[in-house]
Amino acid sequence: MIQMLRLAFRNLGRHRRRSFFSALAMGMALALLLMMASVLKGEYGDAIDLAVRLQSGHLQLRSASYDEVKTSLKWEDLIENPDQVAAQVASIGPVAVATPRLYASGFVTTRDESDGVRVIGIDPTSAANDPYREGMREGEFLAPDDRDGLLIGWALANRLGLSAGDQVSLSVNTSNGDVDEQSFTVRGIYSTGTSGFDGFTVFLPLAKAQAFTRAENHASTIFVLLKDTAQTEAVIAALQAPGYELLTWQEMNQLLVQTEELSSSYMVFFYLIVLGIAATVIVNTQIMSVYERTREIGILSAIGMRGRRVMTIFLAESGLLAVGGILLGLAIGGAVVAYFTRYGLPLDIEDFGITGMLFRDKIYAWLTVQDTVRLSLMTFLITLLAGLYPAVLASRMEPIAALRAEK
Amino acid sequence: MEVAKIENVTRTFTIGKIETHALRGVSLSVEGGEFTALVGPSGSGKTTLLQLIGCLDQPTTGKVFIDGRDVSQLSRNERADVRRSKLGFVFQFFALIPTLTAYENVEMPLLLSGNGTADRQARVAELLDAVGLSERAHHRPDQMSGGEQQRVAVARALATHPSLILADEPTANLDTANGETVMQTMMRLNQETGVTFVFATHDPRVIKFARRVITLRDGLIVENGSQAKNA
Repeated sequence: MIQMLRLAFRNLGRHRRRSFFSALAMGMALALLLMMASVLKGEYGDAIDLAVRLQSGHLQLRSASYDEVKTSLKWEDLIENPDQVAAQVASIGPVAVATPRLYASGFVTTRDESDGVRVIGIDPTSAANDPYREGMREGEFLAPDDRDGLLIGWALANRLGLSAGDQVSLSVNTSNGDVDEQSFTVRGIYSTGTSGFDGFTVFLPLAKAQAFTRAENHASTIFVLLKDTAQTEAVIAALQAPGYELLTWQEMNQLLVQTEELSSSYMVFFYLIVLGIAATVIVNTQIMSVYERTREIGILSAIGMRGRRVMTIFLAESGLLAVGGILLGLAIGGAVVAYFTRYGLPLDIEDFGITGMLFRDKIYAWLTVQDTVRLSLMTFLITLLAGLYPAVLASRMEPIAALRAEK
Repeated sequence: MEVAKIENVTRTFTIGKIETHALRGVSLSVEGGEFTALVGPSGSGKTTLLQLIGCLDQPTTGKVFIDGRDVSQLSRNERADVRRSKLGFVFQFFALIPTLTAYENVEMPLLLSGNGTADRQARVAELLDAVGLSERAHHRPDQMSGGEQQRVAVARALATHPSLILADEPTANLDTANGETVMQTMMRLNQETGVTFVFATHDPRVIKFARRVITLRDGLIVENGSQAKNA
């Protein structure tokens, strides 16, 4: 086998430039696939991470009758004594943080503009709100006892032309079905790097939100982050109680999870198409090689080489081209992926948040070892498959006809 | 001992609707140790007969025996096995693998036969020495003269201790001096090792080396010379 590989290697060396470009074709294809896979993984991985950290948490405890779509504020649909419930949840071992949140629909109005918003009442001291605290662009974060301050997102502030310290009017639905309006000071402007979230989310201290919406000592949900998501089932089992409903992050981000699964499935076809196109270069190179070396095939056959061995030589050549292509692909693709992992790929998808999916303004590539191995293996197999036809062609040559071929 | 036997062999090639009868019923026996020339004008059937004896082709009718075994109807792989174990070839063109050195070209049949490394090394060294090319062992074909390449081909043909070596116009692409050297090498090896040589030629300078001359014309043997002399 070593001799066959040596022969195959030398055969490729006859036309170094041609062999290089054939390998490069496969390498470029692999580089493209690595780029695609890493962007996809980065995009959805980031989206899931954002969805969990900013929106859903790993788990949410809600009243069984709570309707998220209607953003119900009726007391019977809310959790009573939420601080006490959150403290009980937080006492369970695998829970990292549990904090109450109150959701309401509202309208922010300035002198010239107005925009629909989602109002979230939060406990400003909770670690669950660190992503917003860490993303402060202007002004300061909320204090628990702030009675007339709110936080707005960077995208919304830009749209409405607001800065920290400006006055706005906020209207919200209340628990008794009315709409109430109050003037607030923009205490600060935060950015999560996610236009879809920052463009329509306004934060109030929980106590102020409860008072403003007449929800009093109630919250829409207990937002839970876990230390280890592998413990999700154990936490769910511990939190089972009548009148409550527990939702996992997968259930709350179904659209995102399903879209990721669907995209991954579709990408396999895309990968095969890209590799298939590149593989035509290999087929072409190897067929050319078979016809150029027809007489040599005749000689090998005349000295007793069986067809299967002739096939092995040509497959070994394809295998070596595949290895060369994979190395080139890893080098080129690795460099491109490293760049996008560090600097990100700019993305203009401001409206995505409305559909329930959050994406950053930039996609940061994320290449896993599993994807690298899987795509390299796929490249190798497709290249071998591409080399199969020329190899069979060579192996089936009649020695007498092959020996007659012009050199 | 009879190393090759041809019984009433015909070979017809069909191209489109035209049939060409290359051999029209040839019978022949080749004994071990012969140094035999197949002679005749172009198109007489010399090469076709060599290819049939060499299991490169199969007869339309009739039988071909190598070392007593009927090889007329063998499968492609079985014929390859017979070629590897029983036969050696020297072609008109310098049929070496261009990417391999002289050493590696001679080694190739031994590799295909599964010989071990030490065995291969000893045999290749012995054969290159026998054809006077020990010092050219690590040269590739494009670094050797035509005569040297043909001697490497002779060494390769002998590698697996075959019963019979078939040479198709082995000197046709060589000048007189190189042609003479190749023929002398083949004759010497025939005498020293007892291996049988059958070569096709129409060159009188080559025919003079043969101890038996078989003449073909229009696909028939017109003169079946017997073993004429011993070196």
